[in-house]
Amino acid sequence: MVGFKLCEKLVAKSTKSLDLIVFGEEMRPAYDRVHLSEFFNGKSAEELQLAPSSWYADKGIELIIGDPILEIDRKAKSVRSYLGRVAYYDYLILATGSAAFVPPIPGVEKAGVFIYRTIEDLELMQSWAPKAKIGAVIGGGLLGLEAAKAMIDLGVCDTHVIEFAPRLMPRQIDDAGSSLLQGKLESLGLTIHTSKNTQEILGESAISGMQFQDESILPVDMLVISAGIKPRDELARACGLEVGPRGGIVVNQYMQTSDHHILAIGECALYEGMIYGLVAPGYDMAEAAVSTLLGLEKTFQGFDMSTKLKLIGVDVASFGDPFVTGNDAHTIVFEDRNKGIYKRVNISPDGKELLGGILIGDADQYNMLLQTCKNKVVLPPNPEDILLGARGGEHDGGAGVTSLPDEAVICSCEAVSKGDISSHVLEGAATLDDIKKCCKAGTGCGGCVPMVKDIINHTLKAQGIYVRNVICEHFEFSRQELMDLIRLHDLRSYDEVLTVHGQGDGCETCKPLVASILASLWNELILDKGNDTAQDSNDRFLANIQKGGTYSVVPRIPGGEITPDKLIVIGQVAKEFNLYTKITGGQRIDLFGAHLSDLPTIWEQLIAAGFESGHAYGKALRTVKSCVGSTWCRFGLHDSVSFAIQIEERYRGIRAPHKIKGGVSGCIRECAEAQSKDFGIIATEKGWNLHVCGNGGSKPQHALLLASDLDSETCIRYIDRFLMFYIKTADPLTRTATWLNKLEGGMDYLRNVVVNDSLGLGAELETEMQSLVDNYVCEWKAAVENPAFRKRFSHFVNAPEEKDPTVQFDELREQKMAKAWK
Amino acid sequence: MVDTMNDKWIHACSVQDVPENGGVCVKVADLQIALFHFKRRGEWYATQNECPHRHQMALSRGMIGSQGDEPKVACPFHKKTFSLKTGECLSGDECAIKTYQVRVDDDQVFLSITDDEL
Repeated sequence: MVGFKLCEKLVAKSTKSLDLIVFGEEMRPAYDRVHLSEFFNGKSAEELQLAPSSWYADKGIELIIGDPILEIDRKAKSVRSYLGRVAYYDYLILATGSAAFVPPIPGVEKAGVFIYRTIEDLELMQSWAPKAKIGAVIGGGLLGLEAAKAMIDLGVCDTHVIEFAPRLMPRQIDDAGSSLLQGKLESLGLTIHTSKNTQEILGESAISGMQFQDESILPVDMLVISAGIKPRDELARACGLEVGPRGGIVVNQYMQTSDHHILAIGECALYEGMIYGLVAPGYDMAEAAVSTLLGLEKTFQGFDMSTKLKLIGVDVASFGDPFVTGNDAHTIVFEDRNKGIYKRVNISPDGKELLGGILIGDADQYNMLLQTCKNKVVLPPNPEDILLGARGGEHDGGAGVTSLPDEAVICSCEAVSKGDISSHVLEGAATLDDIKKCCKAGTGCGGCVPMVKDIINHTLKAQGIYVRNVICEHFEFSRQELMDLIRLHDLRSYDEVLTVHGQGDGCETCKPLVASILASLWNELILDKGNDTAQDSNDRFLANIQKGGTYSVVPRIPGGEITPDKLIVIGQVAKEFNLYTKITGGQRIDLFGAHLSDLPTIWEQLIAAGFESGHAYGKALRTVKSCVGSTWCRFGLHDSVSFAIQIEERYRGIRAPHKIKGGVSGCIRECAEAQSKDFGIIATEKGWNLHVCGNGGSKPQHALLLASDLDSETCIRYIDRFLMFYIKTADPLTRTATWLNKLEGGMDYLRNVVVNDSLGLGAELETEMQSLVDNYVCEWKAAVENPAFRKRFSHFVNAPEEKDPTVQFDELREQKMAKAWK
Repeated sequence: MVDTMNDKWIHACSVQDVPENGGVCVKVADLQIALFHFKRRGEWYATQNECPHRHQMALSRGMIGSQGDEPKVACPFHKKTFSLKTGECLSGDECAIKTYQVRVDDDQVFLSITDDEL
């Protein structure tokens, strides 16, 4: 198989014509040994062929079968075959594979004793089987169990598996997994003997039984020995190439043997003391060898020995380091003896990385876990989710194909990455067959097929619904793209942005959007640099325009805590300027009905009393609502008011794609209704639970738990990351809830980014947030202190002291109200 | 720009009084006129200050911009947009706004308003 792969890749990659001669010992061209047992399910030898003889002819390859090489003359650079053919080489590639290792047990030569390696072996077994009643296999490894299955397929229903080690598949799975597998196999009719050492094979000319070291005897009339492999290194040994102490032709990463004109690949090659007895690393070696021959870059870097197979209907898989224990790993085990399922994953002690694992009975997650492991994809905060799936009503966990990077190798047999597959899909390969044709993904062991399908579907879906989200006729970019451009070019005013990246003269869509981006990036005074006229009316006049053309004023009251003195000031201001007052939903006081020209004076008084802008007019942080907390409440666990104030003061003035609200509750009674906020914090015995992406509004949505039991510092760090990530990636005028609903991968993805730092953006997001926090100034203070800004707060440019005479009020419950629309 | 007998050029303000690419409201007798300095286009526009949609005196506080080549203003209340050239509503409503001619002389801005409006 590996030799064939080499031919295939060499022909495909070589730019000039090559004289390529293939010698094979067997009577047929290369065939699929991985699926050898399918021979007994009726697959013919022809069907198992990797390519017909004509393929070789078409590619200009001379194929010589049934004629093994007997001798290599390194000096003359020639080989001589069994039939006396002599061929000269520039390069010789040994892909001689391995033979079954037959332990020196007395009696192995008796009739009815087989090995399980080639189609010829199978044919021999096939002709013997009808006479056999009791079968046995020596070797409870991967191949041994395959052979046991073959025995059952051949009609030898009473079949025993003899394993020397204390468990089945000792190299791949652990005791618990092995015991479950054993139970499963026994229920299917196999008899398993472990810790059993065969001493002698009994019988006259043919086998009649086996005697073990513990002196027990098993009557048997057919035996398959599958006790491991030994590399076919005889030729290499004979011509003086370096071989390993326990066999195998020593190669370097270029697949060169000790003679650089001779390469070795596959199971005959010994790389860093290891024989790779699987097809995928063999293919990888073939690719490395081709690369060496053609002067390309690819080398062999060792290979992961993860495997997945179906043994007599039972899924068995192991990946990464399946056995790691102790201080190096935390292990999560899921076992369901009822259904015959055993799963184990080994997680790095910090819970971030998947180190390896074992799956028995249900290996559907194998590819995903293997990729998670290989690509070091950061695990969700509850790593058991990767085994059990996200529970509790949330949709598809973060471990879907979407979480894999483009470099993730999906098909290890053919070394095809996720990015390769998606780009083929984008080029029009829309089905699994198309993909198989154009990049061969899924044509090897087939284990990756479900994942290839997922990638095809996902790519198609993404393609189908991907409408380029441009801002308006003036900017051919999405908000996120434009934000990146503005940052990159360090632009500070709307006009500059329009000149550099836009066309036309702007509009009411792109102006506030760009103004908001500028504010989110630099947090400079929003009225400066000519940006005032790019602001929506509310931001332009730092107040909320109301019916009739007057404005409302909302001073910040962090956490809803206010002193009597400040309350009095608000009352006095309201009285002096005849304002309607109302307590808002965000625990502060709104003063309505202020004339534009009164705003600076109103604010002067408020600022003098220690108030700041409440940004009720901006797409910015509004309030952080709090319950009274542990300072007064007999149920309170922590001081929710202090924490709310701290947080509100941290994020005040920060502009975002939409308004942001927060809440802090001092206990689970949740009086602050924090779970209806963009970020909601609820005290627990051990710290704070952080919920995000909730909102009220027309489509209420509860915030989802992002992380639990956080200390205050971590909680703020996560909010920093969360808010900054939202600010940087959300579409314009999108609240966090809607943003999350659109976010591919949903909450699990967000949690990965924020908590597990899967994008490695954590520090950057925190730094950006900190710089916004550091740049904060009260914009009302800046406005009233600057005569040029202050001048803008008048209704008539040519009569600044006059108020708009069309403004009229009615009276209601001893206060004024705006006159109804005409 | 041709002066006619009926036109009266009324001084509104100085150029510096009007924010670049924005508007102000000018009081002319009992009239409220929205005056815009469209700096990007090097143009000045004037319209009625009242948005015909909800009769709010607010157009001068609106954002200006363009739709295709047409200069426009968006009312801050409900974002109805009107052509600054023709006064036509660009948001598909039947209403339109009055427009006035503007002249800039030596840093001073003048509006042309007919006698019968005053």
